[in-house]
Amino acid sequence: MNAVVDLFVERLELQHVDVRRVAAADVAAEVACVCAERGVARLGVPPALPLEWRPAGASVVEDHDLAPAELDALDAALTGCTLAIAETGSLVLAAGPADGRRALSLVPDVYLCVVTEDQVEPDLPAAMPRIAGLIREEGRPVVFVSGPSATSDIELQRVEGVHGPRQLVVLLVS
Amino acid sequence: MSRAHDFPAAAREALADERLRANLRGATQTIRARRAAAVAELTDFEALREQARRLKDDALGRLDELLDEFQAAAEAAGARVHRAADGAAANDIVAGIARDHGVTELVKMKSLATDEIGLDAALAAAGVDAVETDLAELIVQLAGDTASHILVPAIHYSRGQVRDLFLRTIARGQELSDDPHELAEVSRLYLRERFLRAGMGVTGANVGVAETGTVCVVENEGNGRMCTTLPPLLVTVMGIEKVVPTLDDLALLLRLLPRSATGERMSSYASLLTGVTPGDGPQEYHIVLLDNGRRTALADPVGRQALRCIRCSACLNVCPVYTRVGGHAYGSIYPGPIGAILTPQLWGMERYAKLPFASSLCGACAEVCPVGIDIPEVLLSLRARAVREQAPAPEKAAFGAAAWAFGSPRRFAAAQKAGRAAELPLERGGLVKRLPAPFAGWTQGRDLRPVARETFREWWARERGPAGEGPGAGRPADGAREHGEEAP
Repeated sequence: MNAVVDLFVERLELQHVDVRRVAAADVAAEVACVCAERGVARLGVPPALPLEWRPAGASVVEDHDLAPAELDALDAALTGCTLAIAETGSLVLAAGPADGRRALSLVPDVYLCVVTEDQVEPDLPAAMPRIAGLIREEGRPVVFVSGPSATSDIELQRVEGVHGPRQLVVLLVS
Repeated sequence: MSRAHDFPAAAREALADERLRANLRGATQTIRARRAAAVAELTDFEALREQARRLKDDALGRLDELLDEFQAAAEAAGARVHRAADGAAANDIVAGIARDHGVTELVKMKSLATDEIGLDAALAAAGVDAVETDLAELIVQLAGDTASHILVPAIHYSRGQVRDLFLRTIARGQELSDDPHELAEVSRLYLRERFLRAGMGVTGANVGVAETGTVCVVENEGNGRMCTTLPPLLVTVMGIEKVVPTLDDLALLLRLLPRSATGERMSSYASLLTGVTPGDGPQEYHIVLLDNGRRTALADPVGRQALRCIRCSACLNVCPVYTRVGGHAYGSIYPGPIGAILTPQLWGMERYAKLPFASSLCGACAEVCPVGIDIPEVLLSLRARAVREQAPAPEKAAFGAAAWAFGSPRRFAAAQKAGRAAELPLERGGLVKRLPAPFAGWTQGRDLRPVARETFREWWARERGPAGEGPGAGRPADGAREHGEEAP
C-alpha cells in the first residue's frame, strides 16, 4: 500500500502539484497554512465538507448553488474526492458529498483537495470498477483531475494555469 | 466545395514557406520525443494496442446496435439524442437548439467533429457567435485561419506570430511580450468573461459509452470543463464511430490516448458526462450523433479500419510528409497520414483522389498508431481505387501496355530494347535528365537512370550460352515442377 501512495506523491509532484502529507487531526491547520501562504481570504467549500477540515482564519463560503460570478469571486476551493489514482497522479471527483459541484473545483484560482491514503488506487483499471458503479447506478458526473490546468499550444511550451485552477494543492491524509 | 483538391500544388507552396517549416520541425520533434517516452513506459503497449484494435473493430461491427444502446441510456439519464446524416443536418440541429433558447453567444470546446461540419460558420449565419475556447483554436479563429494539426491546431504559428495576432485582436491596448505565459494569460482574461456569461456550451466527444450513455471529453486547459459545467445548456456533437460498449473499454482508450497524443500519462482533465445531474452542471443536455460519410467508409472492407482512429495525431508527428508540408496542404480538417485515408473515404474520391498518394509508404504511421490502423495498407487500397475510378485514359492505356509487355519474357526483352533505343538521344553523361511530354513529370524532380546497355539476361546468354539455357529459363520451371508435385 505504501508503495502505491509513494508513487502517487511522486506523480503529483512531477505535475507540479503541491503535496502535503498530514495527520487526520491536522487537516484544518494545514489548510489554514496554505490559505495564509497564498493570500486566500475567501475559501469555497461544499456544504457537506467535514467540519474538521475547515480552517479558522479564512472566511469559509459554502457553495449553495453559487452563480458563476460568485464562484469567480472566491480565492480558492477546498473539497474531498471519491478516489485517487497513483500511476497517473489523478484525483477522481464523482459528485460525492465532499467532492462538491464540478464548477466549485474549477473556477477559483487555487484548488485544495483532501485525499486519504486508503482512497489511492494503483492505476486506472483498478479504479474503474468503483467509478463505473457510480455511473451505472447513479449517473454521477465524473472528472479526473491530473495536475493543474495547462496548455502547450504555443510552440509546445507548457504553461500552467489557463482556465482552470493555476495552483493545485493536495493534502494527503495518513 | 466541389473542386478537386490538388495536394501536389498545395504541398509545393507549403514547402516554399521557410517559417512554416521551422515552426513545424520544432513542434513535431518535441511532441514525438514526449510520446516515445510515455509509450516506452507502458511495458504492455503492444498488448494494449491489440486490445484497442479488437475493441474498435468489434464496436464498428455492431455500430447500429451500440448507437441504439447509447441513445437509450443517455436518454434514460436525461439527455436528448439527435441523429444527423450529414453536416448540414447537424448544424441545423445545433443552431435550432440555440435559437429555441434565445442564445446569441456560446462557448465551444475544441472539437474536430464540429470543425469538420463547419459549425462555427453555420452558427454565425444563424446569428450565433461561437467562441472557440481552446487556446490554439482561439488563435486560429481570431486569425481567420484553419487548423493545421489534429491536436495542436496552431502548430504552424510561432510565439511572435501569436503575439502580433493578440495585439491586433484581444490584448486591449496592453503591452505584450512573446512569452507563452503572458500570451496564455491574455486569452484567460478574454475568455473568462465569456465562460461566466455563456448561455450554451458546445463540445465534441473523445469516446461515447453505450452501456451508460456517457460522453468522455479529454483536455488540458480547463476550457472543456468550463464549457461542460458553467452554461445551463450543453450540446455535444459526436461522430458515430466514437461509441464503445462499456466503461472498461473507455478505461482502455484513456490509457492509450493521452500518451499517444501529448505524451502525458493522463490529460489534466477527463470529464465523463452522463445525462443531466440535478444541481450540478447543465440542466439540459443534447447529443448529436453525426454520420457525415462514416457509414460509407464503413462499407469498404480495407478502408473501414480508418474509423478506429481516436484522433491522437501520433501519425502526423512521425510522418516525413506531414512534418514538412504541414496540415493545410491536405485540404481537410484531418491532415497527415490518417487524413490521407480518412478524408477521401468520408467525402469522396472525386475530390480527394490525390491524398492517398501523399505518402512515401514508409510505415512510421502504422508503427505508432495506438489502435493498430495499417495506414499503408489503406493507402495502397485507396490508390488502387483512385486509379480504377479516377485515372485519365492515356495513363490507364500506358499501364495496360506495360502490364502486357511485362507479361512475357519475350515481350519484356523487346520493350527493353525499344526503350534503350528511344532513350539514347536523351541521355547526357549517363543520365536522362529530361523526358519529353507526356513523360516530363517523371524527370521533374529527379534524373532517370537509362536502361542498361546490356541486361543481365543478355550478359548471361553471351557468357554462358544461348538464352534457352539461362538462369531465367531453367530455375523457375524447376521450381514450378516441385510445387506441382506437392499438389494433389
